[in-house]
Amino acid sequence: MPKTSSPALAAAPPLPATANPAAGTPAAAPRYGRRALRAFLRNPTAIAGLVLLALVMLGASLAPLFYPDDPLGMVGRPLLWPGRQWSHPLGTDSLGRDVAAGLMHGARISLLVGFAATCVGLSLGILVGAVAGYRGGWLDDALVRLIEIFQAVPSFILLVVLVAIAQPSVATIVGAIGIVTWPTIARLVRAEVRALRSKDFVVAARGMGYGHGRIILREILPNAMPPVIVTSSVMVASAILMEAALSFMGLGDPNTVSWGSMIGAGRELLRTAWYLTALPGLLIVVTVLALNLIGDGLNDALNPRLEKDS
Amino acid sequence: MTTPGRLTRRFLRTALQAIPTVLGIVILNFLLLQLAPGDAADVMAAESGTATEETLAALRARFGLDQPLLLQLLGYLSNLAHFSLGYSPRYNMPVAELIGQRLPGTLLLMATALALAFVVGLLLGLVMAATAGRWPDRVVSVLALLFYSIPGFWIGLMLIVLFSVTLGWLPSGGYQTIGGPSGGGPAEGLAALLDRLRYMVLPATSLALFYVAIYARLARAALLEAQTHDYVRTARAKGLPAWTVMTRHVLRNALLPVTTMAGIHLGGILGGAVVVETVYSWPGLGRLAYEAVMARDFSILLGVLLLSSLLVIAANLLVDVLQAWLDPRIEAS
Amino acid sequence: MDPLLSVRDLSIGFRNGAGGHWWPVRGFDLTVEAGETVALVGESGSGKSLTALALMGLLPRSARVEAAGIRFAGQELTGLPERAKRRLRGRDLAMIFQEPMTSLNPVLTIGRQIAEVLRLHQGLSAKAARAQAIELLDLVRIPEPQRRVDDHPHRLSGGMRQRAMIAMAVACRPKLLIADEPTTALDVTIQAQVLELLDRLRRELSLALLLITHDLGVVAQWADRVVVLYAGRKVEEADAGPLFSDPLHPYTRGLLAASPRMNAGRHYRDGPLDEIPGSIASAAGQAGCPFVPRCPAAVAACAEAMPPLLVPAARRAVACPVAVGLPLPGSPLNSPSAASPEFHP
Repeated sequence: MPKTSSPALAAAPPLPATANPAAGTPAAAPRYGRRALRAFLRNPTAIAGLVLLALVMLGASLAPLFYPDDPLGMVGRPLLWPGRQWSHPLGTDSLGRDVAAGLMHGARISLLVGFAATCVGLSLGILVGAVAGYRGGWLDDALVRLIEIFQAVPSFILLVVLVAIAQPSVATIVGAIGIVTWPTIARLVRAEVRALRSKDFVVAARGMGYGHGRIILREILPNAMPPVIVTSSVMVASAILMEAALSFMGLGDPNTVSWGSMIGAGRELLRTAWYLTALPGLLIVVTVLALNLIGDGLNDALNPRLEKDS
Repeated sequence: MTTPGRLTRRFLRTALQAIPTVLGIVILNFLLLQLAPGDAADVMAAESGTATEETLAALRARFGLDQPLLLQLLGYLSNLAHFSLGYSPRYNMPVAELIGQRLPGTLLLMATALALAFVVGLLLGLVMAATAGRWPDRVVSVLALLFYSIPGFWIGLMLIVLFSVTLGWLPSGGYQTIGGPSGGGPAEGLAALLDRLRYMVLPATSLALFYVAIYARLARAALLEAQTHDYVRTARAKGLPAWTVMTRHVLRNALLPVTTMAGIHLGGILGGAVVVETVYSWPGLGRLAYEAVMARDFSILLGVLLLSSLLVIAANLLVDVLQAWLDPRIEAS
Repeated sequence: MDPLLSVRDLSIGFRNGAGGHWWPVRGFDLTVEAGETVALVGESGSGKSLTALALMGLLPRSARVEAAGIRFAGQELTGLPERAKRRLRGRDLAMIFQEPMTSLNPVLTIGRQIAEVLRLHQGLSAKAARAQAIELLDLVRIPEPQRRVDDHPHRLSGGMRQRAMIAMAVACRPKLLIADEPTTALDVTIQAQVLELLDRLRRELSLALLLITHDLGVVAQWADRVVVLYAGRKVEEADAGPLFSDPLHPYTRGLLAASPRMNAGRHYRDGPLDEIPGSIASAAGQAGCPFVPRCPAAVAACAEAMPPLLVPAARRAVACPVAVGLPLPGSPLNSPSAASPEFHP
């Protein structure tokens, strides 16, 4: 594992920058990364996850091709059951909107929100976690308190409050999900950074007079990444779930169709046209399951400790 | 030190440590309240329908809304100290009273779901650990991952389709049969309890499913880890049957990490309750929050946020004491 | 009369990666008479702990145990159903382990862990079992047993924990107590106390003791009989006195030369103790005597087949023809200057 630099490198006297002790890490990292990637690609459940996610992504990217018109527009007879009419293979809803078009366009929103919100959460979390873990002292204490406060607040309720205050739109939903999810990442990164801070190759880099920014970005963070990568795939999954729940409650972007809002609308007709609720929900399950399968595969590949467990 | 003494001291110490967090949450709430569009004066003016700039200003002065931020915060704190969370014009009722009415429903639902998730998760974890690497383990693992991927509100709706609409076995919403289960007036005793339970099954299941998955995976890992310890070999050397070794020696040690996680997930369950309650028209905090969102009544919404945060902190305190009780190595100091 | 325990031709195997088995213990015989102390001696990796776990039936399911017969207290153990074996365990056949720090359950009180055995095997009530547990703590000389009975293991020192382990093991007056390196994890001063306790209990409760150790000092002081194990093979067996005065097998000789306590007259400044060159791992996959790679006396024939146990005198056995003066064909394998302990610098 690259996390522990070899003692021989650490004991060596400072060398010119081209062959600095920390170079042991970047040199080892690709090999480790390749091995992890191979382990990941040999894992059948991880492959299943990748395939499922690829299918959903394909559907999302083909949406404008198949259904170039607004999916919120009325196209046919209302409440058409799936399989009755070729032009609307998955039926229509109470307003005569095509369900298949809604699902494909909804996939765009779900994936967009899922990945964008994770990016926001990751950036905030890594920033706070790295600063807290690297600096230590009073700043660390204060940031840990902040993390604790955010973790005590039920995140979904906070999310509802934030979106309700900021008025629902794709941008505010992305930002709000980022705001409620960063503490998990911050906690993780802080722990990793604290563990890595005193490692030989970091001490050596400091001894060579590198700036803090460079040490954090080039020496510490790359080695703190494996658990973050594992967590981020689960974060995308939970962001998609959060967006769906928000839209279901009527707090989605009113100008776009999303799986959650389709379920919310279909709910009124649960007794007669349950397919309107079932279909978008199934897609949520498939997408989230795919991301969780990928997360499990990443965890097995990047976390050698768990290898013997499986 | 006696066990009760140890636990009491542990409780006090942890409670003391939670105070800054509570303060931080209160301030966060206050700031969010400031950010919310419209203030109490706007709302009242809108209610009365006759609002001039002068009356608005007068109202603001009366409620101290024209004061500097810090003074307003102090006012907010002193209100909180008197258990006042503001007034809801929509319900024509103090927010604290409203929340007080809805709190028991949510607590009941959460406790049931949590207990269900814990028991079922632990059982599935036991099955997986006992058959680790063989097919029952694999099947349950996949099942757990599936549960982990299902949105609670959607499975709630699907359960309604199956058990209420198609089969007609269970009610699709509410919390008790109006007019009693047999139609002859409100039921009492066992009949009433059974009636309530029937209303509880679907919401609790929908809410629990996600956490069943979490606890099952966690219990599996914890059980497999605990089995490798030397004291398990000692227990077997005593001649204890495998089942007794598992329940008396392995399980109790494996419970430690699982209870920690149960505490961590409490906030999540509260959030999940919000959505599940709207699905089943369950009269709890979540449903109240939903109604508040629809009406954009921020005093209620933030009251729910504040109270649920405090609930999480209180529950974590309990989990902490529970852990100290389970693990005698945790000392008070 | 039958011996208390007689093991014939015991082999323990584990599946190796290639689909076959490797056998860390092979063709092992052992008898233990009632009331005696037998020491099982060998380096780590010699298979002594595996043998003990096999006798207790505590090996993982993946292990393969084969034996021509294991008779214990007049009962044949091979082929006995698990339920019946379980009833013996903790009652007639008990074991204490090397690590008192981790061998007790951290979340249960000492008293409960002792009472558990009594309730299981003797059907005592909770109250009676507790009273008995206090008596047992007193028997193993734990001070203030009334108070200690309600303590959790982490509040006890290592020595006290091992005493509690012993109390648990002897609770049902077993006929045989297996002690696997019982003092290795303890301070030197505590070691003697714990061994004294074991010996006293052996006499008072008339139990036999199978003492597993690598410490020859312990063996010399407490054992009646000694069995020396090397790489899963018995290489020598003798009463303690003759073994120490006249070790026969080259490995036993090497062990004695390497033991600090056996060289009590020497000071460490006089020079390093003799070591047996090489390591036990070098014996893996050998056809003949496993000690050949490290043996100063080995000849070519030693490497071809495992020498049989020879009986040079009453109550003695040694698996080395060279040691008893039998001529073997072939030239010496290891030149004395390179391998013999006598010539070690």
